[in-house]
Amino acid sequence: MSTENVAASGFGADEQDRGRRFLSALASTGTIFILLLILWVWITILNPTFAEPGPFLAYLKRSAPLVILAAGAYFVLVSGNFDLSVGSLVTVMVVVAARLIEGEPSRTWPVILLLLVIGAVVGFANGFISTILRVPSFITTLGMLLILNGAVFWWTGGAPRGALSDNFRSIGRQGIEGIPWIEQLPWSVLLMFAIGAASVLLMRADFGRQLIATGDNERAARLSGVRVDRVRILAFVLSGVLAAVAGILLGGFGGVSAQVGKGLEFDAITACVLGGVVLGGGRGSVVAAMAGALTLEALFTWLNLQGISGALEDTVQGVIIIGAVGFAAYRLRGAR
Amino acid sequence: MSEQTLLQMEGIRKSFVGVEVLHGVDLDLRAGEIHAIVGENGAGKSTLMKTLAGVHAPDEGTIRIDGQEVSFHHPAAAQAAGVGIVYQEFNLLPDRNVAENIFIGREPVRAGIVDRRKMERETAALLEEVGEASFGPRTPVRWLSVAQQQVVEIVKARSLNARILVLDEPTAALAEGEVELLFTLVRRLQELGVGVLYISHRLREVFALSDRITVIKDGGVVKTLNTAETNQRELVNLMVGRELDGYFPERGAKDDLGDVRLKVSGLSTALLRDVSFEVRAGEIVGLAGLQGSGRTEIARAVFGADPIADGTVEIDGKAKRFKHPRQAVKAGLGFITEDRKAEGLALAQSISDNMLLAVRTVMPSRKRRSTPGLMTVKELAEVTELRARGPEQEVRFLSGGNQQKVVLSKWLETQPGILIFDEPTRGIDVGAKAGIHDLIRKLAKDGVAVLMISSELPELIGMSDRILVMHEGVLAGELPGGASEPQIMELATGSAEVAA
Repeated sequence: MSTENVAASGFGADEQDRGRRFLSALASTGTIFILLLILWVWITILNPTFAEPGPFLAYLKRSAPLVILAAGAYFVLVSGNFDLSVGSLVTVMVVVAARLIEGEPSRTWPVILLLLVIGAVVGFANGFISTILRVPSFITTLGMLLILNGAVFWWTGGAPRGALSDNFRSIGRQGIEGIPWIEQLPWSVLLMFAIGAASVLLMRADFGRQLIATGDNERAARLSGVRVDRVRILAFVLSGVLAAVAGILLGGFGGVSAQVGKGLEFDAITACVLGGVVLGGGRGSVVAAMAGALTLEALFTWLNLQGISGALEDTVQGVIIIGAVGFAAYRLRGAR
Repeated sequence: MSEQTLLQMEGIRKSFVGVEVLHGVDLDLRAGEIHAIVGENGAGKSTLMKTLAGVHAPDEGTIRIDGQEVSFHHPAAAQAAGVGIVYQEFNLLPDRNVAENIFIGREPVRAGIVDRRKMERETAALLEEVGEASFGPRTPVRWLSVAQQQVVEIVKARSLNARILVLDEPTAALAEGEVELLFTLVRRLQELGVGVLYISHRLREVFALSDRITVIKDGGVVKTLNTAETNQRELVNLMVGRELDGYFPERGAKDDLGDVRLKVSGLSTALLRDVSFEVRAGEIVGLAGLQGSGRTEIARAVFGADPIADGTVEIDGKAKRFKHPRQAVKAGLGFITEDRKAEGLALAQSISDNMLLAVRTVMPSRKRRSTPGLMTVKELAEVTELRARGPEQEVRFLSGGNQQKVVLSKWLETQPGILIFDEPTRGIDVGAKAGIHDLIRKLAKDGVAVLMISSELPELIGMSDRILVMHEGVLAGELPGGASEPQIMELATGSAEVAA
């Protein structure tokens, strides 16, 4: 076949050429990075202060929760499932935190621990029902979204009570002060990079390779010894825990309301799709998914600067998700 | 046989992204002729057929049907001109019945409503025309065997008035007994004046069926021969361009055999009844049988992929009952599945990820680093003589033979004591086949116990030290290596009175 540039046996000559391999990898998944760069430049042209350290860090800080959610969504998507429950899970986090902390700083850390456990438990439930009980994850997590929404409403009686403590809020708001040139390095940005790095390492490790192989071909993975149910459940757990982290950050940014997490599940999936993650599993990189989240946030910023109403955000997102999947389908057709 | 030329293809050239894959191919087909096309994988057979079917437009060259020049820019145009193609993978809707599948998209209509009776009547007539009586127009396709589905595909092409019928590897998915039925059907079409282009890897079939043979190599025609005036050896030489001295590697000596590694006693599942056998270290045991006789079921049950109802499996003398393939992998088993794409490979992943998939499930990376004898991806590629661009290339871009080498590498890396091969060379070209045969024999020499399932009798006979034959879920008998094809077929069809 023409696609096989054949050496006598073993691998062709370009194996050693790491540079070229990197470039070709960039060409195949790199569209999103180019798009992100273009948007950054464009925004800077419209508003030159964007490129200054302060405003740029503010943008990263604003993006951090979505980037973290996108990483969570990636694990689930690449294994061939959906997690639609993360938005309402974020709301649960904020509402539960406010109610239990009641402004008392000493309760902050135990409550944070509890939130992470809640995230893991909800994720495990999603995973268990979707794999062992064979309910399609689209339905499981849609059901979970409704269950959590209802639970929040019932528990708060419509209006969230309580208050977050200052040290809880500082995670989303503050950072390391007194750094030259950028002045403050926000905790959320640090957390974002840490989670990003951890996600990349995880995807390179045995777990990640088994996860993506499961999403690509479940039967082949199982017959190779992969415990497919287990890796998929773990992906849901990761998604739940990362939703908890995002909830903690968002609690610091904004007020306590029953609306905090609304629609975030779709933002996260849009970000992944924008980054080239294929719905159905088996394709895409976690870095690209997170870059997709940064791109989405940049796009919202750009729309703002263009004076386009925030009300149109949903519409733009709809166009993006269809466009991105269409583009991917077109490219796959080209490759065939 | 009529001498009227039905189809004439001249100087067909086709390039993809600047690489020419067909270099001016000439081919002709007479009415009522069975014309076989043989060649290694990637030789250009499929591309040539796709230019005829209107899937790819040729860059240069002419196609004439009944002397009229035609050019197809869409498969429907080729269909309308009387070209029918039955691909390896069928295009049938499993939940619709035979008549609905045959008339899909062009259902006869009366008063705005599909005229089911007419549809079924015409389907019945078509089935009768080809002598098919084992199912009717109303049978849901899901109920049909692979062979019967193939008949539906052929009848469907026929119902579109196909006078030129292309069969792409039609016997790849069939068992030995079903092949004869297909031959009968093809000969029937021949009598009706249909010209058949028959693509196959299996030379025996080509000799049994065809009138002429065209050998294609590297995108060009090597030669067109009258079947009666050539032989298998000449054909193989034309295909690969080299003398193949022995088809199969030499068997091991009797005293090379080691201890019993795999012992199966009284194995029963939903499909199997009381199957017992053993495989020793250094031994290749062939497993023969018709499609559906339970060969693959044995492999799956032993490997923990399907539940076992009764019986025991012993690995190296220890009784095991695997609930998940992972336990089997841990115990030193490897399973090269029949369907590479559906069960062997994660197609969108890299060569390296596929090669390491199994070992990753049973050995943590820390331990891998300190385990002696584990090969690197590069070494695996050399051992299996894989031909690819590099370890990061996605396996979907590899040819069938190279894909199979990746699957093999995956199992070599787990350092297995027992390997089960299910159709190890299905859909693989002649050159790569010999390489895989050599590798299987070499593994056995190194002390691996090999169980090899195959529908290709020459392969079974040439490779196996012993041959087990399955018939309807029961072990019908055992034959020594080098047994004859009729001996195997007698057992497989249940026509011999043999005590197992």
